[in-house]
Formats: sequence, structure tokens, C-alpha cells
Amino acid sequence: MFLGVDVGGTNTDAVLMDGRRLVGAAKVPTTIDVTSGIASAVSELLAQTGRTDSIEAVVVGTTHFTNALLERANLAPTAVMRLSLPATELLPPLVEWPDGLKNAIGGQTYMVGGGNEFDGREISPLNRQDIADAVRDMQARGIRAVAVSGVFSPVDPAHEDQAAAVIHGAAPDLRVCLSHQNGRIGLLERENAAALNACLGEVADSTIQGIERSLEMLGLNVPLFMSQNDGTLMDTSFARQFPVLTISSGPTNSMRGAAYLTGVTDGIVVDIGGTSTDVGALVRGFPRESAVAVELAGVRTNFRIPDVESIALGGGSVISQDPWSIGPESVGYRLTTDALAFGGDTMTATDCAVASGAARLGNPGRVAHLAPELVARATADVQARVETQVDRMKLSRDDVPVVLVGGGSILLGDSLSGASRLMRPEHADVANAIGAAIAQVSGQVERVYSLDSGTRDEAVADCTAAAIARATEAGADRATVEVVDVEEVPLTYVPSNATRVRVKAVGDIAPSALRRPQN
Amino acid sequence: MWTVTEDDLPNIAIGAGILGTGGGGNPYIGQLRARQAMRQWGPVTVLSPHELSDDARVICVGGIGAPTVGIEKVRDLQSYHALRAIEDFVGEKATALISNEIGGSNSVEPLIAAAKAGLPVVDADGMGRAFPEFQMKTFFVYGVPCCPMAVADEKGNSIVVRETISPVWAEKLARAATIQMGCVACYAVAPMTREQVIRTAVPNSLTLARNLGHAVQRARDAGHDPLEAILETCPGRILFTGKVVDVDRRTTSGFARGSLTIEGIDASHDQVMLIDFQNENLVARVDGQIVCTVPDLICAVTTDTGEPVTTELMRYGLRVAVLGFPAPELWSTPEGLAVAGPRAFGYDTDYVPLAV
Repeated sequence: MFLGVDVGGTNTDAVLMDGRRLVGAAKVPTTIDVTSGIASAVSELLAQTGRTDSIEAVVVGTTHFTNALLERANLAPTAVMRLSLPATELLPPLVEWPDGLKNAIGGQTYMVGGGNEFDGREISPLNRQDIADAVRDMQARGIRAVAVSGVFSPVDPAHEDQAAAVIHGAAPDLRVCLSHQNGRIGLLERENAAALNACLGEVADSTIQGIERSLEMLGLNVPLFMSQNDGTLMDTSFARQFPVLTISSGPTNSMRGAAYLTGVTDGIVVDIGGTSTDVGALVRGFPRESAVAVELAGVRTNFRIPDVESIALGGGSVISQDPWSIGPESVGYRLTTDALAFGGDTMTATDCAVASGAARLGNPGRVAHLAPELVARATADVQARVETQVDRMKLSRDDVPVVLVGGGSILLGDSLSGASRLMRPEHADVANAIGAAIAQVSGQVERVYSLDSGTRDEAVADCTAAAIARATEAGADRATVEVVDVEEVPLTYVPSNATRVRVKAVGDIAPSALRRPQN
Repeated sequence: MWTVTEDDLPNIAIGAGILGTGGGGNPYIGQLRARQAMRQWGPVTVLSPHELSDDARVICVGGIGAPTVGIEKVRDLQSYHALRAIEDFVGEKATALISNEIGGSNSVEPLIAAAKAGLPVVDADGMGRAFPEFQMKTFFVYGVPCCPMAVADEKGNSIVVRETISPVWAEKLARAATIQMGCVACYAVAPMTREQVIRTAVPNSLTLARNLGHAVQRARDAGHDPLEAILETCPGRILFTGKVVDVDRRTTSGFARGSLTIEGIDASHDQVMLIDFQNENLVARVDGQIVCTVPDLICAVTTDTGEPVTTELMRYGLRVAVLGFPAPELWSTPEGLAVAGPRAFGYDTDYVPLAV
């Protein structure tokens, strides 16, 4: 059995899954330190189900590491070293970071000879002497982590790997993050991604240790995995290297849970909470990724993040009549005290759903006085806003299956324009924790290939092998790994026929990864 | 005369995005480079063509290579190196720089070289918009030779294409060298005289780009309609308003070609617009009827924020307004249309100027 935990902004949910069967679920308020909320959700769940012996692993979804970026707290003194000279000098590393964040990590940067062309040729030989000098300077400055970025390292990672070896040789304790393991084509964004992971490494270490310790205190001596934002999971050593991959893992867990509960692999998931509604798309069972660069704490990165759009509409959204509006203010977690149907004096979207008969909760008598026109207007308004959002997330004009999850899904009627089917699965209120519990392990690789030196098939085969290796390295069982996505984009204005290939492979957790490492 | 500062760059990006008619690529790297260049070497003076001195020597610089490579091996000072290479070759010094097109990164490339060299730029360019091919420049249409032309990389290599039988050949040879240089380089064309700039360049384009961006930003800040602000700044009209329902892309011989289907809303209700593109938007039809063609400008912006949408970012569900602007006069002549009219792009139709 797998135990899944999802730490949301308001609640921490925990579920125990036996294969496809939900054995138990618990919901507690999220705590500021995250760890104690996880501990109380898990202990409530264990008290309910009364067993720990058959639990094989715990999967936790939390974005706690990335909060450290916003708070600029506990970030390691971090340097960035670029392998590129004589290219790219006008735009040095960290060039557009917010001053506050740059200062928080020390802002030390180095540029040395190295890097590659799009077809794999060297821009210049790797300058090992300059790297060694830079490492000495880092040590003198008390720097504890370094991100290394080479131009076109996704085409050929050799220079980054060799630089890492030089750094390790000179300073074994320095944490090293290589850009080719951190992102896609797009030097500045990939370099930023590596730097963010580098400076978060220590926070990730301590958070993960804290969670492990509290699970042990509950008698759970099983491996811990973390949710990542593509709907898959990673083991803790991987998570320590790539903490930023947890960003936005909440919505993806919800979407994976929704897919799991309904069997829908391609469609739209609408998660209506108390304050906001997240709408995302499932493609072959996984959340669709955003195609545009994303900013994290004011830093532009090309991390993959789920293509999820939020609108300020939820069960607790406040309705005001003059001028007419639903939200963005919400009573949030105070719904059960402040809303009319619960004896409060704030009219919310939920009250109109109760008055219309769509939802059965609270005291319907307390909303009986609401004018039918008002209720009808609110119902239509909510419906239209969700329909517009669903339409924005679709990829074509064909109707698609829509899965409704979240406590606020009572606001919607039985049909939705644009939906071929509208589904409300059982246990939809803990879909996020279920998504964590059922997650598989993935590996994704993007590289650019020159087709002068090989065929397209060879390029795809090479990238596929790398993605499978990455998945296996992250803890997947090689025998179950399958390729779930292959994308090939020819480069424009390159007559020599270069192409960009991206492959994603996914597999079940390897049995070896389920044995708790002895340490 | 005015001075471009760091603060003008975001406005120029929006304006050049609108005038880029779907092409020109991502302006992000170019913007950052221009900002860094100005921080390092100071702001850049902008002269109208008539403010040039009689003995002016104006050099056109621009980027050449693959946009996807340019986001990885980001450009450095290649345009400055190309400028110095062509100056050495012809034995004359530039007194000002000029842009080849007012779209994407090329709109700011001269600002980078000019900041470094301490030169002014001319408030004009060779297209008044963006076009996909090198020879589609008003300079060349009206007899300015495209050679000699220098191409330079970031390593210190440069070549000069001394003479070719046509601009197309100059582009072919320059591109061959560019590939060896790693698919990212810049070029500089032999100097133009004041008379040549006044006669063959599309005037006022940097100012127009800045003003368009400024108008959009102001409208956003004040909660006004950005489309109205755009049309007040640059005379044109709304051709269509709707939702993108299909994007059909294919990459052929290095160009991003395809078409875009937009279903009408509001005033365009019950109608369908189809736009063909080759990097830039070429022809717009409503219910099968042509409503606008090159060289007139066909620009898609989001209806709510007025943000220009390049063809690579087009996707299902986007709400866009398609705006039409009349082509600069230099394009609507027989010589201009021969190079950049609908027939030059393979359409069996005559150019009918957009009525505004």
C-alpha cells in the first residue's frame, strides 16, 4: 500500500491506497512548518486505518522548498559558472535577477572558456585552469554551492561534466548543479534553473530530513518520495538535487488523481476550491506542460511547469449585487461560519448553489429568501466563467471529457458547454493526495541533434535512451518504463537540418527503490 | 532628435512586436542585450533622416542565423564587430547606424552596436515592418547595393562578401558562413549616404514603435481599450475579432509556414478568418474573401491587453484582434510589390491597398 500526502495552502490531505482502492483519508489544517501538519495528517490516517506494516512507501507533495525563494530564507551562498567564452559575454549569469535574491545568494559569477555550438563543435576548449582559479575564489568567499552552465550543454554535456570533475577534485564539499540536468534549450533560463536548485539544496536537505524523522516517529520506516510537478515522483536524493521540480505539484497531483479516479487520460480537469478554480489539461494521462517561460521569485526559467490557469472563483466567493460581482474576495475556510446557509451574513457562491437546489449542505431555509433571478444570475455566471476557462485550455474545438474535483464543484450544474462528458468522481475532495499516492517515476530529456551526422531515427533513439536512463536513475523499474511523449521540432533558419527532440519516459517505482536505504 | 534610454526598451519591444506582423521572433534576448549595452556605454541618440549631415555614412546592421540557436548561444557584440569589419574594408567610418527591420531583435541590434561605438542611430529602417527574406528591404529595392557586406561572429572571425549578382546571392553566401560560425552572427552592409537613406528607408519607425508601446502601456495602466490606443497612434483598422480555433504549422526550407483559423466574435460574429503566414502574416481572408495582403501589415494582438502575438505563440483559444495597417509607401510601388507583394509570395492575386 502507498500513503500519499498533499500539502495545500489550506489543508494537508493524506490517503492510504491499496492498489486502486482507497483505504482511508484524513484532512488536517496545513501548518507553517509543514512537517507537523504532515505528521498529524499521517497519524490521524494511521489511527483510522490502524496499520503500518503493509505500507510500502510514502509520497509527499509540497512546495515548501520553493517558498524559501520567496522568503529569501536559508539560501546557500551560491555562485554561477558559465562555460562560454568568448561567446555570450554581454549577458553574464544572474543578469536579470532581482537584487534582493541575487544578494541573498551572494551573486558571485564566473565566465570561462568552453561550451559548444548547436552541432556539438566546441566554441573553445574547456579552460580548466580558469575553473580551478574560480573554485579557489569561491572557497575564499565561503560559497557552498555552484551552478555550472555550458552553452548548448543539452547537445553535448561533456564540458559541464568535465567542469564538475575539476570542481569536485578541488573542493569536494561544494554542491554542484549542472544546467543540462536542469532545463531545456535556452541558456539564461536553464542557467537560472540550475542556480535556483543549487541555492535551495540545503533547504531541501533539512526539510526532507525533517519529514523522514517525523515518519519514523510514527513507526513508518519506509522510503519517502516527493511529488514533482509533471505528475510523477522522485526519490529523496533526486529531490535534493532538483528541489525546484516540486513547484506547482499541488495542481498536478489533483489532475493525476482525477485521471486515476475516472480513467480519463485526455481531457480537462477543473479543481474548484474555496477561493479559486484551477483548470488544467490532461494529455495521455499527464498534465500538459506550459510552453512559455515561467518566472519563479522574479527569475525567468524554462522549468517545465503544468499549464494550469487559475481564476478567482470558488465555493466561498463573495457575491455582491451593486455592482454585480462574484469574487475575487472569498470567505475561504470560514465558509462554514460566514456563509448565509451556515448562519453567517455573507452571501457566497455556495449559498446560491444551495438556494437553487444544486447543492445540499448547510440550512437551505436560510437562503430561501434569495430572489430566483439573483440565484439564476449567479448560477449562469459561475457556469459561464468555468466554461470560458475550459475553452481556453482546450487544444481544439472538439468537445472533451471534463472531470470536476474539489469542494467547490457543487457550484456547477450537470452539463458544461464544451464537455463531451462531465464527471464527478467519488473521493474528489482528496484527489490531490490520491494523485501523490499513485504517482510513477519519470525521466525527461531534451537535446538538439544535427542531422548531418545521423538520421532522425537515430536522434530520437538516442534521446529516448537518455530519457529512459534518467527515469531509471530517478527510481523507476526499468522493466516497466515506457515512453509517453516524443516531440520533435526542426529548427528554423538552419539549412543544415538540425532538430530538437524531447522525450519523456515513465515507469513504476523499482522494487529496489522500495527498500529503505540503510544509513 | 531624441535619446533612447533603458526605459524606452519595453515600449519598443511591444511596438516592434505589433509592426513585426507575427514575425521577428522573441524580442527578449535583444532587449536584455540592448539594456546591458546602454548600462555599460550609455544611451543612444536617434536622428531623423533629415537630421543627418551631408557627408553622413549610415551602416545597416542586423542579425543572421537561427532564432533557436540565438536563445542558447546568445549574441554578444557581433554587430559591432561586423560594423568594424565593413568600415575597415571600405576605408570609411560610419557616422550613424540603421536597422534592417523594425521587428523582433533586429529592431534593437543597431542600438547595441551604436552604444558600444558611440554613434547615433537613424529613426528609420529597411522594411517598416518585418519580412522573412533578406532581399525584402526597401534599400535594395531602390538601388542601394547590398555589397560589400561583412559577417562577424563572437570569436573574432569576420568575412566580407565583396560582390554578388543579387541580394539573394549575398544572403546565400552570408548564411553559409553563418552556419560555420555556429548559426549566430551579425552582418553590416556598406555605408549609405544621407540621400540614399532619405530616398530608400522607411522613416520614423523607431519613434512609431516606441509610441505604439507607450500607448499600449498607458491604456493598460488606465484601464482603457489598448486597441483604440494602437489605432490612435498608427492609422489602421480592426479587420477581425475572434478566437483562434486552429493553427496549422509546418517548417519547410527553413521557414515556419502555416495558417491560422480564427472564429469571429462580437462584430465579426458568424464569420471565419484565415491567415496564411511564412514567419510573418501574409494574407488574411474572411469567409474566403481576401481582406488584406502583404505588403500591408496584418497584426494579431490579444483583445484584452493589446499584446502582440507572434505566429510561434499562436494557439487554440487565444482571443485576438487582427489589425490591418497600410504598407509604407515605398512598398506599394511596382518595384516594391515585385519584391514583397502577394505575387512575390506565390499568391495569384493583385495587391489591393487596405482602405482605412
